[in-house]
Formats: sequence, structure tokens, C-alpha cells
Amino acid sequence: MEVLKIATAGSVDDGKSTLIGRLLYDTNSLTDDKIDAIRNNSEKKGYDYLDFSLATDGLIAEREQGITIDVAHIYFSTAKKSYIIADTPGHLEYTRNMVTGASTSQAAIILIDARKGVIEQTYRHFFINNLLRIKDVIVAVNKMDLVGYDQSVFEDIKRNFQALNNSSSYAEQSVTYVPVSALNGDNVVERSTHMPWYEGSSLLEHLEGLQSVDVQEKAEFRFSVQTVIRPKKDEYHDFRGFAGKIKGGDLTVGDEVTVLPSFTTSKVESIYFYDQSFESATSGTSVTLTLEDEINVARGDMLVKTNELPMVQKEVTATVCWMDKKQLVPGTRYIVQHNTNQVLSKISEIGEVFATDFSGHTKSSGTLGLNEIGEVKIKLSKPIFVDSYESNKSNGAFILIDERTNTTAGVGFVK
Amino acid sequence: METFLDNVAATAQKISSPLQVNALENEAIYIFREVVAQFERPVLLFSGGKDSITLVRLAQKAFWPAKIPFPLMHIDTGHNFPETLEFRDQLVQELGVELIIRKVQDSIDEGKVVEETGKYASRNSLQTTTLLDAIEEFRFDACIGGARRDEEKARAKERIFSVRDDFGQWDEKNQRPELFDMLNGKIEHGQNVRVFPISNWTELDVWSYIQQEGIEIPSIYFAHQRDTFIRDGLIWSAQDDVVFRADNEKVQERTVRFRTIGDMSCTAAVESQADSIDKVVAEIRDSRISERGARIDDKRSEAAMEKRKQQGYF
Repeated sequence: MEVLKIATAGSVDDGKSTLIGRLLYDTNSLTDDKIDAIRNNSEKKGYDYLDFSLATDGLIAEREQGITIDVAHIYFSTAKKSYIIADTPGHLEYTRNMVTGASTSQAAIILIDARKGVIEQTYRHFFINNLLRIKDVIVAVNKMDLVGYDQSVFEDIKRNFQALNNSSSYAEQSVTYVPVSALNGDNVVERSTHMPWYEGSSLLEHLEGLQSVDVQEKAEFRFSVQTVIRPKKDEYHDFRGFAGKIKGGDLTVGDEVTVLPSFTTSKVESIYFYDQSFESATSGTSVTLTLEDEINVARGDMLVKTNELPMVQKEVTATVCWMDKKQLVPGTRYIVQHNTNQVLSKISEIGEVFATDFSGHTKSSGTLGLNEIGEVKIKLSKPIFVDSYESNKSNGAFILIDERTNTTAGVGFVK
Repeated sequence: METFLDNVAATAQKISSPLQVNALENEAIYIFREVVAQFERPVLLFSGGKDSITLVRLAQKAFWPAKIPFPLMHIDTGHNFPETLEFRDQLVQELGVELIIRKVQDSIDEGKVVEETGKYASRNSLQTTTLLDAIEEFRFDACIGGARRDEEKARAKERIFSVRDDFGQWDEKNQRPELFDMLNGKIEHGQNVRVFPISNWTELDVWSYIQQEGIEIPSIYFAHQRDTFIRDGLIWSAQDDVVFRADNEKVQERTVRFRTIGDMSCTAAVESQADSIDKVVAEIRDSRISERGARIDDKRSEAAMEKRKQQGYF
């Protein structure tokens, strides 16, 4: 079944958890024992409604403080699709979680409180969705019940948001506006009877209608080798299979491929998935390839089609989102992990740090702090084989690993 | 060119239709391959339950035609269903992989843990000590498990590569971000990573996969006759040597099956007539009760799982 991953973002108290709870409840995805637990907890807290946020906030601290700290993954399905929601917290200090959630998502829901309208957080959420090139964005204007289901409130917010959208440089992005009340279920799964002036579809109807071609970008064939399979069995004595996941494009037996960084060429002899061999395979499949010639291929190498070479770079310029408490400064060393390829690197220059409010303002402090997004030049000890993030998402991003702490300290998007 | 390829073709089935994309399966295979490439001593934690059986099939797919390149390890509580153990031994024999067994009973005999007593006594949380000792004994740096994010609220926050410190502890508020599908397996000596290849699968995804792949599972997942008794609205196995039962808790034979398998002392049965995989899938699809609704270990408190995870549990 088709799987659609959605990132949700909103500020504290926008009712994001309630919206997700409502989606689960109205799609019949909450089982009776979970509903009972929610009812008990809601009563214990003295609420006179079902607090659906209790369905999603998983950690003790989250329930105690009534906030979401970490990305949570929530699953539900309809007859048409399986949905995975990456629920990301909206606090200022948690930009890194938002980027993380968005990195695996094909669509995003941005939540706005109808009483507050477009606020600084909204800018940031939309900025991140643009940076990560999320193709389908749904702006859910929530708490319409608290503004009397007033059309003019919705239209005002829509106008303000459209002004943001006009200043975004991502033309292929589609933005849809839906007025909702998560608490009462208006326009979440069922269309609202309170807002006859709204003629669009409900939130779920919109998601159901998304085709995978709507949310995925076309890209060229990239195959980063994970491991070499050499069975120590008599019947497969000389078998050397290159295991990896196809990212972008497709591959057919007989295609001429170039192995990077050696630039040796060969032809695809066979494409295996488990114990079956296929004539062709497409993006997203974890296959094992054999080549016609015996050439040297190791983990981290990349197979591409000979007539579709990526950039081979020893210095890379990227937009970096910084996720570590220790700020990024020029001259320091990090490990760049690009797909399965890890190379040592040195930060050569930190350029402009972007304001995430679409003002176009930048500052240059020469460093990049936690949750800041800026332009960084990185020198690499060995070349990486990249595309711009714009032309191939999965081959245009890398992570930066701190050698001293081993933590994932940042993510870069190749220009 | 008359080469080895002719041999391969003889065993590999040739398919002319294009390869279908099953996103979850492909993601899991990708994760398995990252584990083998990034770690020196991985191990697959095998409980004999449906999730770890599914993991084994995915590992077979990830490395074919090579054998699964790591051992399986079972932490035996001594309270396992005999059907599960039988199944485990048969599977291991068929695969030709190494099976390591470490017993909670040994940890008890060595005085490292103390057996719980009373009505709800279970060895479920004692497993943690045995597991951590085994990780140290074999110097495993990656332990692959079948936990899924949809199972439980604390698990919904879990990473695919989840770093544990020297004490096996999970620091849930300080987890590494996981971006795109790039997995960072860098750890310090003494640390280990718990790996969850089927993080994004739901219970129904697992069952549908077992159905579609024709994977064999232990017989107790299907409807059978069993001596049982009722406590707290749950159906317990009447297995007096393992499960405490009060005199007034009357034994009755019922037609039941297990939806999730842990120990006899912490897994409740459900009444069911589903005696085939098709019927089980249909039953799960229509179920109004969550999977862990039958896990007695989760009923201890709202945050039971989170607390156990912090201590090094799966």
C-alpha cells in the first residue's frame, strides 16, 4: 500500500496534538482501550472534553508539562493509504526536530491558531518546508470555533500567508488552506457544517487525493553502495553483489554505469531482489547488483549511469542547519556523511546566516549556532558525488558528525 | 561468457515484470545493510515472536545469496511458551545461523537479580540484566530488535539507531537527530546501538507481510484450546509452575490465540477462532483493542515502557 509521510508543525498550544488525535479518532484508528485511557486521563485532569493530545505525547515529561519534546511518529491508515505523521514540536529551540521530521516527509501540515494568525513560528515552519522542498503544504487554520467560524478571519490569515508564499522561491510547491476545528472535528475528516462558506476539501480528503507523483521529484539514477555481498558458498563462489538502495531514476539490465570515484565503467549484468532477478528496478528499491566486469567497488562508492554524472566535489557549498549546542566555527573538523560515504572535512568558511522570517535579512557572524541556518563552505579530504538538493533530494543532502562526541551535529543541503 | 552467472540463474528465479516497491520492506533491508557495514559485532535479538521472525526474513533478503552475517540471541526467561522454543530451534537449524542463549535463571542463581513474588510476579523486567551482561560478554556493538513505534507511546520516540551508554541506558531527551535515511552509527567503546529496522511498521503491516510472504510462525498465534483463567479482565494461561494463580481463579478451557508473545507470565491470550493467517489478518484489521492491550507488563503504569527502556530494556 502507498505510504505517505507527513510532517506536522505548530506552536505551543496551536492544538497540533489535538488535531492528530482527531485525525486518529475520526478515521477509527484509535482502539477502544486507547480511547478509554484518554477518557480516564481527561476526566482525571478535570476536562469536559476528550483531550486527544494524550494519544500522542509519549514521554513522562511531555505529559507532565503538556508539551511535545521530541519527534513522535504516529501511524494510521485508510482504505487508500498508510500515513506516517512525524509530529514535531513547535518550540523555538526545537528547530532541529522540525528539520528532522521534514527530512523524511513528502507533505507537511502547518498549523495556525485562528486567534493569533501568522506569527514568527509560522514563518519558521514555512521556511523549513521550503528549504527541505516539501512539495505539498497544507495550512490548517485551527480553532475556528473560537472565532465564531468567521470567514473573514480565515481569509485574512490566508492573505497573510500568501504574502509569504510569494516571497518563497520554490515555485513548484503547492499550498492549500483549510479552516478547521480540531477540537470539534470540523474539516478534519468530515466537512464542517459550521463553515458553509468553505468549498474546499477536508484535511484528510486532501491527503487522500495526493498522488505520489505530486509529492516526488523526478531525478537521475544514483546508487550508493552499502556493502559488498560475497557469499562463501560453492554455488556462488564468484558472486560479488553490490548492495544498496536506488535513489532517483531507474535501472535496467545492460545499462552502462560508471563507478565513482574510480570512473571505471561496466554494464549491469543482473538486478537481484532476494532470490529473484529482475529486468529493471526503480527508485526506492533495496537491490543487489552485479556488473559484467570485475572491477573494484567498495562501500561508499557510487554507481551512476555513464551519461548522467553527478558533481564530483572536493569542496562543497551548502545551506547548513546546525543542530548542536557547540556552535560551528571555521577551521574545525567534522565527518561528512553523504549517503553511505563518510569523509573527513574541515569547515573553511561560514557565510551568511539567514533570517527565517522571509525578510531576506542575513547576518554574518562567522559562526553558526544551534538552530541557525546559514551558508557554509566545507573542504573535503576525498571527493563526494553529489547533486544540488534542488535536482535530487536524496543525493543533495549530507550530515555532519562531530568526531569528538559522535553526535549528528548538522545537516547540509548542497547548492 | 560462460561464468558463475549460469549457476546463479539456475537458483535465482527470473522475473520479467518490474520490481514492485514496498517502501517498508525496502527501508528495513537498507537498515540491515547499514548495520553490517557500520558495526563489527551485530546480533539479532530473537524472541520467537512474530516481529523478530519478520526481522529474520528481512535479514535473509538483505544479504542473499550470503547467509545472515550475524548470530541470533535469545534471552530465555525460563517462562517462555514451549511452542516458541520449539519453533526457534527449528528456524535456526534451517537457516544455519548461530544461536546464542542466555538465561535469566542464571542471573537469578548468580544473585544478580531477585525473582519477583506475588500475584503479578514476572521475569519480564529481569531480562534487562541478563541482556546487558550478554552484550558485555560478547562485546556486541549493535543489537537488532523488532520494536515498532506504533506499539507504545515511548517507542514512538525511538530512533532507528538508538545509542545506549555503558549501562545500557536510553537518554530519551538527548537523542541524535536522524535525517533522511542517513544513519550515524558512530559510538564510543563500551556503548552499543539498538537498531530497529521495522520501526515504521504497524502491527497490521507485520501480519500482512507474514501472510504475503508465507512466513511460518509459532502455532500459538493461531486459535487453539488452552487451560486459562480470568484476572483483571484478561485471559491468563493456567500454567501453575510459572504463572501465579489464586485458588478462587478458576481454570477453564477456552479457544484462544496470542496476538503478541512475551512470557507466559506477562502475555494474555485473546478469545479467537482465527486458525489461519488469513483469518488472523482479518481479525487484526477489525480489532478494536490495541496489540499491547494484552500485555500485562504495560499495565503496571502509564509510563511502564519508558521506565524499562531507560534501564536498558528493549
